[in-house]
Amino acid sequence: MYTFSNKLRIGSFIAMAVGLIFLGIGFMSAPSTVEEAKAMVASAHDGGHGEGHAEEVVSHGEEQGHGAEAAHDTSHDEHLLHQLQNRPWSALYVAAFFFFMIALGVLAFYAIQRAAQAGWSPLLFRVMEGITAYLVPGGIIVFVILVLSVLHMNHMFVWMDAETVAHDELLQGKSGYLNPTFFLVRAAIFLGGWIFYREYSRKLSLAQDEATDNSNFVKNFRWSAGFLVFYLVTESMMSWDWIMSLDPHWFSTLFGWYVFASMFVSGITVIAMVTVYLKSKGYLENVNNSHIHDLAKFMFGISIFWTYLWFSQFMLIWYADIPEEVTYYVARFQDYKLPFFGMLVMNFIFPLLVLMNSDYKRVNWFVIMTGIVVLLGHYLDIFNMVMPATVGDQWFIGLPEIGGILFFGGLFVFWVFTALTKAPLQPKRNPFIEESRHFHY
Amino acid sequence: MASKVIQALYNDDDILMHAVKKVRAEHHHIEEVYTPFPVHGLDKAMGLEGTRIAITSFMYGCLGLAVAVVMMNYIMIEDWPQDIGGKPSFSYLDNMPAFVPIMFEMTVFFAAHLMVITFYLRSRMWPFKKAENPDKRTTDDHFLMEIGIHDNEKELADLLWETGAVEVKVTEKES
Repeated sequence: MYTFSNKLRIGSFIAMAVGLIFLGIGFMSAPSTVEEAKAMVASAHDGGHGEGHAEEVVSHGEEQGHGAEAAHDTSHDEHLLHQLQNRPWSALYVAAFFFFMIALGVLAFYAIQRAAQAGWSPLLFRVMEGITAYLVPGGIIVFVILVLSVLHMNHMFVWMDAETVAHDELLQGKSGYLNPTFFLVRAAIFLGGWIFYREYSRKLSLAQDEATDNSNFVKNFRWSAGFLVFYLVTESMMSWDWIMSLDPHWFSTLFGWYVFASMFVSGITVIAMVTVYLKSKGYLENVNNSHIHDLAKFMFGISIFWTYLWFSQFMLIWYADIPEEVTYYVARFQDYKLPFFGMLVMNFIFPLLVLMNSDYKRVNWFVIMTGIVVLLGHYLDIFNMVMPATVGDQWFIGLPEIGGILFFGGLFVFWVFTALTKAPLQPKRNPFIEESRHFHY
Repeated sequence: MASKVIQALYNDDDILMHAVKKVRAEHHHIEEVYTPFPVHGLDKAMGLEGTRIAITSFMYGCLGLAVAVVMMNYIMIEDWPQDIGGKPSFSYLDNMPAFVPIMFEMTVFFAAHLMVITFYLRSRMWPFKKAENPDKRTTDDHFLMEIGIHDNEKELADLLWETGAVEVKVTEKES
């Protein structure tokens, strides 16, 4: 049995507390009137922050088709106010979604191992189950943020605003699907299904330890196969709903896969990091470096898969150069150069070069270091998906963003490691446990 | 120069593995083992060094990438400038997304083909090469271990019989 080390517990509480304070400062310092917003931007510009004002107008014009020139100035100021008000909300949402998606990615990985009846991984099942425990609080928090968005506490999802939809024919055409009620119903169905599978599979997994036959194992196999079908459909729809609809005019048909690749690689990275951590503390004595090697191979492979999807999405849009599609990338190229290209270096070039050598995949500290870079890179990936639509060029990685990472990171660590103490770290009666113990490459 | 070698034939891979370990434990140098199929773990038992072909593969990949960049730059930008996707920038960097698939394919092509050729050459296999195989039964169901003799023929033969060889013979070998 694992006991939660005090140091880690206190660390997670401190991270949560500091994160909350930072987020609080972010929310407090958001402007509440147009004048305040203008003053903030003006002072920022005076401080040598010479971002081109013309760019604002460009991205602004793309997002909403305002017609009348006379109304332009005031609507522009209001838009700026909304962007600045959105910033702490977006920081909260990006971090909440990022840590939630890690748990969801691990759940998908776990279900694949179950459905494939993989022989190498059963020793890691309890680690995966521990991480997926975060699905419940993480999912509820994301859901609450979505409900608050529907209640107009923020302006992240422009299509939720009836006024905007009334002036936008494209959004009217989509309103059969993209309306607040159906949106929340869908979110509830997705989360309900995922959490149900997680809890039920965990129950069967624990029951298998005490069982005298393999019936729990077989049941788990069937539910996992069924879950994967449900997951592939709902994950894709979730990515349209929760992220792609931030830019409600823009769409990409492989967006679901792209978000999936991001959550999958982040999830596998966290499995590897938690496993290495537990091993360094003397737990998981049967996990050998071939298991770490396999996880690192997945990190390497899925990083390249993510790049493949990222590039597939980008190249087609770049090639065709259709105005309503290409705005998505124009906004990122103009205002998000550093996070946009930095993310490519962190998520592709770095893991490609560092994890290519077979021997390095077995070096624990290499896996941890690469894991940290990959996780930061995928945080940036979500950041790049959300921020351009919600805050435009008013982005900055400051207190609210760091606070979001600290708060949800602390909560994640606390929840995951608490769940790990609840059951023995090595499944007792999994029929593949012997194979997993003798796994070697 | 011809050298004297002793060759032991085995008819089972498990017996061969034990024999290899035993011969190595007695500090004799195994020159080569001929098997009809790859025997898992034999390389480690023989004490062979790990392959360095992955390093050559990486270098060939880099070469392929460089060739692709130079080639596309010459063909599409310099020699006959192309208007790609309605973006007449005529700059390699601005048109790079269009070249990425070629850069990728050339990297893989160079790495794969040159790696195979390297492997053949390093294994001393080239067209019209006379087979080195000392006994054609090793292409069917026998395993052959070859050890160089340094005035210890009797001792070696005894050892090899002991390890379960079905046949032991001494021959001259061209090297």
